[in-house]
Amino acid sequence: MEPAKREATKRWLGISPAVLVIFIFMVIPICIMAVYAFLEANPYGGVRPHFTLDAFIQFFFEYDFDDNLVFNSAYLNIYWRSFVLAFFTTVLCLLIGFPTAYYIAMQPTNKKNMLIFLVTIPFWTNLLIRTFSWILILRDYGVINNILLGMGVIDKPLTLLYTNGAVLIGLVYTYIPFIVLPIYATVEKLDLRLLEAAHDLYANRRQLMSKIILPLTAPGIIAGGILVFIPSLGAFIAPNLLGGGKKLMIGSLIQLQFASSRNWPFGSAAALFLMAAVLIAMMIYLLGPARKTDLGENAG
Amino acid sequence: MPETAIEVRNITKKFGVHTEHEVTALDDVSISIKDNEFFTLLGPSGCGKTTLLRLIAGFEYSTRGQILLYGENLIGLPPQKRPINTVFQHYALFPHMTVAENVAFPMKMLGKDDGETKKAVNEKLELVKMQDFANRKPGQLSGGQQQRIALARALAPHPKVLLLDEPLSALDLKLRQEMRTELKNLQRETGITFIFVTHDQVEALTMSDRIAVMSVGKIQQRGCPTEIYEKPNNRFVADFIGETNLLEATVSKVEGNDIFCKLSDNIILKGEGETGKNVGDPVTLAVRPEKIALSPISEQTEGSFTGKINNSIYLGTDTTYIISVNGKSELASVEQNSAVGKVRFKIGDEVCINVADNAIRILED
Repeated sequence: MEPAKREATKRWLGISPAVLVIFIFMVIPICIMAVYAFLEANPYGGVRPHFTLDAFIQFFFEYDFDDNLVFNSAYLNIYWRSFVLAFFTTVLCLLIGFPTAYYIAMQPTNKKNMLIFLVTIPFWTNLLIRTFSWILILRDYGVINNILLGMGVIDKPLTLLYTNGAVLIGLVYTYIPFIVLPIYATVEKLDLRLLEAAHDLYANRRQLMSKIILPLTAPGIIAGGILVFIPSLGAFIAPNLLGGGKKLMIGSLIQLQFASSRNWPFGSAAALFLMAAVLIAMMIYLLGPARKTDLGENAG
Repeated sequence: MPETAIEVRNITKKFGVHTEHEVTALDDVSISIKDNEFFTLLGPSGCGKTTLLRLIAGFEYSTRGQILLYGENLIGLPPQKRPINTVFQHYALFPHMTVAENVAFPMKMLGKDDGETKKAVNEKLELVKMQDFANRKPGQLSGGQQQRIALARALAPHPKVLLLDEPLSALDLKLRQEMRTELKNLQRETGITFIFVTHDQVEALTMSDRIAVMSVGKIQQRGCPTEIYEKPNNRFVADFIGETNLLEATVSKVEGNDIFCKLSDNIILKGEGETGKNVGDPVTLAVRPEKIALSPISEQTEGSFTGKINNSIYLGTDTTYIISVNGKSELASVEQNSAVGKVRFKIGDEVCINVADNAIRILED
């Protein structure tokens, strides 16, 4: 074999485990899901091998009393609400996560490692338990309401739990480490001499942030944003526990179809719609601002 | 008498104050730098030259002392409020901006309008001959090109003083030599006061109007390049700038400005220096190798003494001879090959040594 070819073969052998894992655990399940979406539901779970578009019809329409198909926005509303919540989760995570990451990155090495270690501590406890603890904090006679009542600020408990706000708090709490870490990684690589140069060239603090720090840490901000936005779109633990399951979100909807509703094709179709929505959102996110600021080069 | 651009008054800078690692980087340093001057701070690493530059730029705060810019106190002003710009050793170009955007940056930060900004960008890019690269990113340029952009960017807002922190040290030799001439020309064309920091004596000697030689947080000597080279005050300056022969001697006779010194081997040399030395005092003499002329032993003249060639090092344009005198002290002598035609002596040859008049400098302790 000629050397160039042998090199190529070696490279393929090297990455083959990763390719294999992705193929078995990502590509095949997505294909199965895509196929199931076009099959008939079996009321006892699973599918019957008959082709049908029922799942997709159910997504947009319902049958009225006269058995006519009429447009039904219920599911689209769930998607919309999920998008809005995921959007605000991402924004809040950025607002809290960026200063946190920046502060950590500017500390001396010892302190920096310690603080980063602290950021990862929540991962040591199961997410379900951590989310349950928010119920104790937010419920009618929970920590917050008791404190406010005790201080005489309010005379009857505020409804905090089972609101969109509670879901938002839960999501921000869950995903904030995911935004701190990538932003920390880019801020840490930031060449501090550039900040000195910018000051020397008459930039004040605000201009330094907007013209130098933000553009140079954009890759981390975008990576972190994606890492928060996508999982919070499909999250179901926080919406179920803190939202009370009254107002469905995408994750809960899909989970319901495979569990109690036993409508696997509809669950698959809903998941496919989520995937499509995420892909479109990502394209807008990445191609839009990325092209202007030329992120490819900054990353290096 | 030209105006004073930068006046450094009794500046002391300590790092790590109140810790066990307290270091005095600058110890009661005073300098005044004239308007439109090319001034160089020269010294080995750790001598405090970069700290002084950073104090003038505003990146560090002094422990004591004042810095005045045309009579106005700068202490307490952050870098963005000082009409002083810096060319950094590693250029510090903004990687996410094009060359033109980099040069426009200070103009935009100062709130200049688009027309003025554009004019300054074009002018400065032309000045450093980089107008064809306006739309490139810094990452696509060579070190020398980045250096020019850094210069253009620092000059764009027409600062009152330009600080240059070893800007040539990252370039290769050929480019460095080119840039020396260019920097000097640039300073003349723009009329801006340059304060240049370097550890390279050749850079300092070729470009500067005046030089301050620094060591261990203090200024050892200041003066124009010829003064610094020809009349070093002390051992550090004599040794740091160029090659030099350092000889231990004792004063044998003082006649006005002429001080006669006796080497250990009874050779008497006439030296000069501003030191108040008396007969019998030990002194250190400095003689540049090119001021020591050699001739064949047969042509011995009055006032010369003899030695033996220990080593000869051929350097193309010059030859350096290492000579031992009475088998003891070693001297280096440099002869220009073109002036004498060829390499004249071989190892082991006895030679006659002539030291030029006024070539011997008596150093302060």
